[in-house]
Amino acid sequence: MKLKTLLAICLAFFGFSKLSAQNFEETMSNGQIRGNFQFDMQYYQEDSAIGAQQPSEEILSNGFLNLIYTNGNFSTGIRYESYQNALLGFPNGYKGNGLTYRFATFKKDKLTVTAGNFYEQFGNGLAFRSYEERGLGYDNAMDGIRIKYELMEGINLTGLTGKQRIFFEYGEGIVRGFDADISLNSVFKSLKENKTKIRVGGSAVSKYQADQDSRYVLPENVATFAGRVNINRGKINFNGEYAYKSNDPSGDNGFIYKPGEAIFLQSSYSQKGLGLVLSAKRNDNMSFRSNRTESQQNLLINYLPALTKQHTYNLLATLYPYATQLNGEVAFQADLIYKFKKGTMIGGENGMDIQINYSTANNIDTTQLNDENTLRKGYKSDYFKIGEVFFKDFNFQIDKKFSNKIKGRFTYANLVYNQEVIAGKPGNPTVYANVGIADVTYKFTMRNSLRTEAQVLLTEQDHGDWATLLLEYSYSPHWFVAILDQYNYGNAISKQRVHYYNASVGYNNKGNRITMSYGRQRAGIFCVGGVCRVVPASNGLYLSITSSF
Amino acid sequence: MKFFTTLFLGFFFLTLQAQDNNIVPNVKVQQLDGNTFNTGDFKNDGKPIIINFWATWCSPCKRELNNIAEMYDEWVEETGVKLVAISIDDTRNMSKVAPYVNGKGWEYDVYIDPNGDFKRALGVNNIPHTFLVDGNGKIVWQHNSYSEGDEYELYELVKKLAAGKSITD
Repeated sequence: MKLKTLLAICLAFFGFSKLSAQNFEETMSNGQIRGNFQFDMQYYQEDSAIGAQQPSEEILSNGFLNLIYTNGNFSTGIRYESYQNALLGFPNGYKGNGLTYRFATFKKDKLTVTAGNFYEQFGNGLAFRSYEERGLGYDNAMDGIRIKYELMEGINLTGLTGKQRIFFEYGEGIVRGFDADISLNSVFKSLKENKTKIRVGGSAVSKYQADQDSRYVLPENVATFAGRVNINRGKINFNGEYAYKSNDPSGDNGFIYKPGEAIFLQSSYSQKGLGLVLSAKRNDNMSFRSNRTESQQNLLINYLPALTKQHTYNLLATLYPYATQLNGEVAFQADLIYKFKKGTMIGGENGMDIQINYSTANNIDTTQLNDENTLRKGYKSDYFKIGEVFFKDFNFQIDKKFSNKIKGRFTYANLVYNQEVIAGKPGNPTVYANVGIADVTYKFTMRNSLRTEAQVLLTEQDHGDWATLLLEYSYSPHWFVAILDQYNYGNAISKQRVHYYNASVGYNNKGNRITMSYGRQRAGIFCVGGVCRVVPASNGLYLSITSSF
Repeated sequence: MKFFTTLFLGFFFLTLQAQDNNIVPNVKVQQLDGNTFNTGDFKNDGKPIIINFWATWCSPCKRELNNIAEMYDEWVEETGVKLVAISIDDTRNMSKVAPYVNGKGWEYDVYIDPNGDFKRALGVNNIPHTFLVDGNGKIVWQHNSYSEGDEYELYELVKKLAAGKSITD
């Protein structure tokens, strides 16, 4: 394989450390090992009331162990993953065991070389991001070579080539990328002391995949170019990036020969007690994968972030979450945070914080060209027009401390959710929902506290109204117990008005954590860091062990 | 693959004898003004440092940092401790970090780790995850998750470190 390269790296490393025995021992004593471990296991029960099925294995488990060794300018690491078989809802490409990640990196002066697997992001990720979210089974790590070079202070160059991970294999296409990142204040002496900080960057990423299609003549090389700028002056920050992709017929876009583009703009203002963010983006035909026939989260080369609030409360976060529509979307978001000081009329004795957020996502405007048998450009789009509504979310949150013992957070949200497009459920009506949540913590003593969450989601569509009650008692610093009930009391079908009970207990000590839970889990969409996964309903006993060292 | 594993395990066993050498790995993170910063350069004049991983979408993380914020002035005055808050928000929420930090009036040193490079280097799995670094720059303690009241245990440990006592048991 790449044995020669690795050998060269190791020899280079030993070269630096001179091979006398004493020196060797000294060098080795500077090394350190870090890593983490996670194991999740679930025993599944049949539960016809919620449509939960028992898989034939009865027990399923996921586990992984990361080890990273670092010694000065050298580091190497491995990850072992095990799926016996993968938990329900996890991408089912994960089967079996294996070493899925291994790398070696060395740094020599201004040069950093990585061989093996690596994660990397260019700018905002519109052109390139390899990334992992273990809890969701999302991992498009690169396997190849990455070279970073600091040309001079403030100018950083990155070049990479390789293939992307898909489960226990690598994708068919080859990905190559180059990025330059320049801090103008470091490069130009005259700007060194300037209060305005400007950073610019540009990247070019291309993929190669052989054309074996019998229907079309496909471009085997597809390139994306992106340019970006970040301007900061004290309280104000502006960040913008534009990306253009050459035509890339794929399963996502129905094999049309249209170029893609994306623009992403974010500006913010903040001072003590006040923060404001305004953002906008538009992406048109920007799905970019190293295998043109892949779907879902597989083999994505770039990242098109959603511009909506990432909610954390159960009903808000897992019933109707939004994920970027790769084929086309125009989105806007405004986010305001304000602190009413202690002793003011609204702030009261202990102060009060408010956070208001509004976001919309719509389809881009499209006019079909009906050229399926000629140029296959697909459609044209007016840049300044928008299409149907995908998603809207107006929400606010109030944080209030009533006394040293009691504090609360109150949330209201109004959602518009286009199920047909976002959840891929044609023929289902758009969901209009109102959500109210009260989250109150009562502290008995410094280390004993009870947190209560009462949530309600009201809607005429989909499964109707839901209510959730959570009681979480924690005994700091080691223990917590919680009970949860979610009740679909407003379901139009009376048989489906079910309770989802769940009880859990957890123990923490330093870097170790053990959690056990028993009960029903509602089907939902779980999202972490902007990636979502659909999880089916289940019932059973769940055990999770995590450790960092 | 076998070659890689052998190489790795070789280093692993050579390292076992040298576990007291637990320094903060050097990785690039972003400052709130958009420039980069090397994590190996976290310094606090021989006083302890708390490194806390959080994100704007993580409720327990925000509860923890907001609770500490109320006492932070006292902590700094009594022990000279410094809290370094590492946000793992990615592009989707990155621009909300500075407004949130300022809006809440946090006095911490805040950096962003948008693609998890520092998180991976420290073996962080889930957030919130807290590390304690002693006056000599060595990581001496860590904790995953947050329950109301955990900040008191953390501060007890910070006080010990500031007084030059050992907290490893």
